[in-house]
Amino acid sequence: MIKNLRVKTGKAIDETYRISFKFNGNAYYGFKGDTLSSALLANDVHLVGRSFKYHRPRGIMTAGSEEPNAIVQLHDKSSRTEPNVRATEIEIYEGLEASSQNCWPSVKFDIGGINNFLSPLLPAGFYYKTFMWPSSFWEKYEYFIRKSAGLGKSPTEPDPDVYEHRYIHCDVLVIGSGISGIMAAKTAAKNGFKTLLVDEKPNLGGSTIYQNSDYFKINNQNSCSWLEKEINEIKKLTNLEIKIRTSVAAYHGYNFLLARENLTDHLPVEQRKDKTRHKLLKIRAKKVISATGSIERPMIFDNNDRPGILLSSAIKKYADFFGVACGEKNVLFTNNDSAYETAITLIQKGIDIEAIVDNREEIDSKLLYEVEKNNIKIFKGYTVTDTFGYKRINKISIKKLSKDGQKVVGSKISLSCDCLGVSGGWTPAVHLFTQSGGKLKFREDDQVFIPNTYPSDQLSIGSCAGDFTLDEILINTPKSLKEFFNIKNTEYDNLEVISSTNKSKRNIWLLPSDKVLGKTKSFVDYQNDSTAKDIKLALREGFRSIEHVKRYTTTGMGTDQGKLGNMHALGIISETAGAKMGELGTTTFRPPYTPLTFGTIVGRNVGEYFDIFRKTPIHNWHEENKAEFENVGQWKRAWYYPKENENMHQAVQRESKAARESAGILDASTLGKIDIQGTDASEFLNRVYTNAWSKLAIGKCRYGLMLNEDGMVYDDGVTTRLGENHYIMTTTTGGAANVMGKLEDYLQTEWPELDVYLTSVTDHYATVSVCGPNSKKIISEVIPDLDFSDENFPHMSFKNAKIGKINCRVMRISFTGEQSYEINIQANYGKSVWEKCMEAGKDYNITPYGTETMHLLRAEKGFIIVGQDTDATMTPIDLQMDWIVSKKKYDFIGKRSLYRSDTIRKDRKQLIGLLTEDPNEVLEEGAQIVADVNKSPIEMLGHITSSYYSPNLKKSIALGVVRGGKNMMGQKLIIPMEKKNINVTVADPVFLDKENKRLNAKL
Amino acid sequence: MFIINCPFCGEREQSEFKAGGEAHIIRPKQPTELSDDEWAEYLFMRKNIKGVQFERWNHAHGCRKWFNVVRDTSNDEIKAIYKMGEKPPVE
Ligand SMILES: [Zn+2]
Repeated sequence: MIKNLRVKTGKAIDETYRISFKFNGNAYYGFKGDTLSSALLANDVHLVGRSFKYHRPRGIMTAGSEEPNAIVQLHDKSSRTEPNVRATEIEIYEGLEASSQNCWPSVKFDIGGINNFLSPLLPAGFYYKTFMWPSSFWEKYEYFIRKSAGLGKSPTEPDPDVYEHRYIHCDVLVIGSGISGIMAAKTAAKNGFKTLLVDEKPNLGGSTIYQNSDYFKINNQNSCSWLEKEINEIKKLTNLEIKIRTSVAAYHGYNFLLARENLTDHLPVEQRKDKTRHKLLKIRAKKVISATGSIERPMIFDNNDRPGILLSSAIKKYADFFGVACGEKNVLFTNNDSAYETAITLIQKGIDIEAIVDNREEIDSKLLYEVEKNNIKIFKGYTVTDTFGYKRINKISIKKLSKDGQKVVGSKISLSCDCLGVSGGWTPAVHLFTQSGGKLKFREDDQVFIPNTYPSDQLSIGSCAGDFTLDEILINTPKSLKEFFNIKNTEYDNLEVISSTNKSKRNIWLLPSDKVLGKTKSFVDYQNDSTAKDIKLALREGFRSIEHVKRYTTTGMGTDQGKLGNMHALGIISETAGAKMGELGTTTFRPPYTPLTFGTIVGRNVGEYFDIFRKTPIHNWHEENKAEFENVGQWKRAWYYPKENENMHQAVQRESKAARESAGILDASTLGKIDIQGTDASEFLNRVYTNAWSKLAIGKCRYGLMLNEDGMVYDDGVTTRLGENHYIMTTTTGGAANVMGKLEDYLQTEWPELDVYLTSVTDHYATVSVCGPNSKKIISEVIPDLDFSDENFPHMSFKNAKIGKINCRVMRISFTGEQSYEINIQANYGKSVWEKCMEAGKDYNITPYGTETMHLLRAEKGFIIVGQDTDATMTPIDLQMDWIVSKKKYDFIGKRSLYRSDTIRKDRKQLIGLLTEDPNEVLEEGAQIVADVNKSPIEMLGHITSSYYSPNLKKSIALGVVRGGKNMMGQKLIIPMEKKNINVTVADPVFLDKENKRLNAKL
Repeated sequence: MFIINCPFCGEREQSEFKAGGEAHIIRPKQPTELSDDEWAEYLFMRKNIKGVQFERWNHAHGCRKWFNVVRDTSNDEIKAIYKMGEKPPVE
């Protein structure tokens, strides 16, 4: 039978608006305003999951983002699913379906639960110790571990939702809308600061908004009423922006913060259509005020993890806010006054309290007297020693604490209950503060870490700064604000405050038990199942640093980052190791404060917006002619143009033959182009290339090799002298931006005296390259006014020309070894020039070819591709390109490095050609090259860098790098592959036309 | 992510800039005269201090100018920014 545990109307609930939802397949209903956890508790559902390691039944523990247990998987009718959602944060909507996450096969019958009985075998470091060997078993272990412990299921379909990023610049950011946050936001906005107030909850007001009793008053009103008025006022302020359901995930230096604004998760599914789901706010604030509040501490005692054990403050919130009783027989267990605030609420709501167990012996507290008036038994100086009930708590044992709090004494008392609220005091939520680089100090009185030094223009106020009681907050907050904003007064300077909390606390990190430690299960980290015993074991095994203890025991390493138990872990370490808390320090809190969805992180940068595509001016032609494309950097380059049913190999073979036998045409627009001008342009080229440039005549082109200062090949390309002080440099497609950056760097920082100006003109020109023995005939038809005779226009020279009225530059340069002309023309005309060439080449079977054929043709000639045949460890000497390194020049970038002891080693990897014994056997690029396969281990001499079947040579050819390869000409080597060894012979890397006859060949 | 006050453009987000390593390492005028050790000192040896460091930065997605930054690497506080060729500030 399903019980209804709704009491008097909760503040956040609209009881006229019923919402039905499903949890683990069962149908329930709640009201508008409920979270999944409040709705479940209203239906008397506490058991929501299984613990990570021991698979113990676990229940809802908190009412906020610190929740360690109630982590669920959300589903909807489509394939949409989301893991790791905190039931305490998700607001229910019509049609919500959720299920327990960490259990298999079901939450009520859980195979992993057997780990609980095996637990003596599962100590700290168990996973490290057990599953690490033999390593060959890992696959089997992994299956078992993942299945039984898995942290939810990831979706299998693409995320259908839309996410956005937004930049916000503000004068003041206030994080948290509790009473101190509201005061801060109002003060900031009223003093003329453009202010942003964010809160992770759907409502403003923090915990004070449900503080409705005569014991807490401001200016003669109950504190909640006073705060409600303040909230209504700030909503009218024009320079204050308020964002709810917005949690700050990260606080970086220079007051840069990331926040996630949740826009649709609370809406019924059908209302989410066409709306942005989450927004990632990138906030740059001049000033930041953290009013992030504090998190109630649990207590560490035996079996402190049963369903039905909640934080006392959560019980209060569920009653006040959602009108939900967490149990019918409640016991509260505390070491401070907070539990009495809960008790007063429960009394007001008519919820039964069996007893209160208080660690403290003598307590002078107005709240306690009020509770006593209601005939509620209070056990002073007692502690809980054990709890009972498997899927729900049903009984606890309590005993008297010894004077020093180290032992329990006297006889055991049993109390039956169905809900136990615990309060171990409060921990300031300093996570964001420490992320920003802030340093903490330890306050001995109440054993808390509070902000000490601020690394940027920021302030912490309220309970995150260690002010826990209403009077402290109302006195200290205005004081801090005045100093922070440098203002004389605030409207909060003379408030009349009634605050009844007694600040005394009896802090015992690990409560004593009548059992020996080895027999207890006192959980410190609920999500990762680490116990006090585990921490002590880690210390016994020699771990000292808290960061090491954390990793060994996995304490604080769950999705909740140990928001509840980290302080206790520190306390236990401190007591056991005899070190002071303040000196131990805390573990590092890392962003995000609460988990972010991947969608939020990537925003709109998905699919076609993931990266920029660069297209050449001729791109549409390639598309129309069915080219396949390849990504080269951000460029889409035509790869090959398959005809009919051709595969890539067939297309490339056809294109390569056509280019050598008649004519081919290539879109070379992607090559980097840098315009170089200035009186020192020649000197500049002398310094950046390995060869000499001063004597290059105007109208001539030259190939250049550019090194890094370490002597390794960086880029290559042809540079043309257009005028006395004017050059145009081409770079590799992928290297263009880096080359430009590097040259600018040298010009600005090393050689500012040079009169040289660089301009990137890559996008300004289209480049159409026509090659092959018939290229001259074709190009003469396209540009009839130009004299293309070898005498007038020899290889490696350039002419200005006109196509119609349009100026263009024609270079006679070749990357294929064929006679070849490149027309450079203003980008807009690229496609029409290409089409003109196609038209003129019709009779010569002009064949468009892509990058694959270009690579094959240049490999036949032994021309390198920087980045394919080189890998930043190759010098020009290694490439057998000694000819291009000037001996005469005094200096150029990288020159000195060419005779370092390392670069002159004889056994460096050097570029060679390789021919296979079987001419039809094409080698795999990247394959290893060895000499002896019988030696163990096999000595790797090098690897294949380029490999093709050459239709022009009718055999397989390859380039590779081999240790000492230069002197191995003719030597037999072996390419060991999975199924066979392939015999190869070292050859000259120039396979075709070594004499370069084809450059001037006449048909 | 910090903010850098480009001497040519003003304050901009760090993501617009490219770090260029340690500042004031001058390329030797006569590399060929140097021993392997001396050249290696120029080529490879860079400081990586926790604390105040002199660095080169480039406004790569802006004016493309190089300049010098004095930065405390422990908290990213920028102590000074000055153009190439200008004297570094003395503490
Ligand atoms: Zn700039």
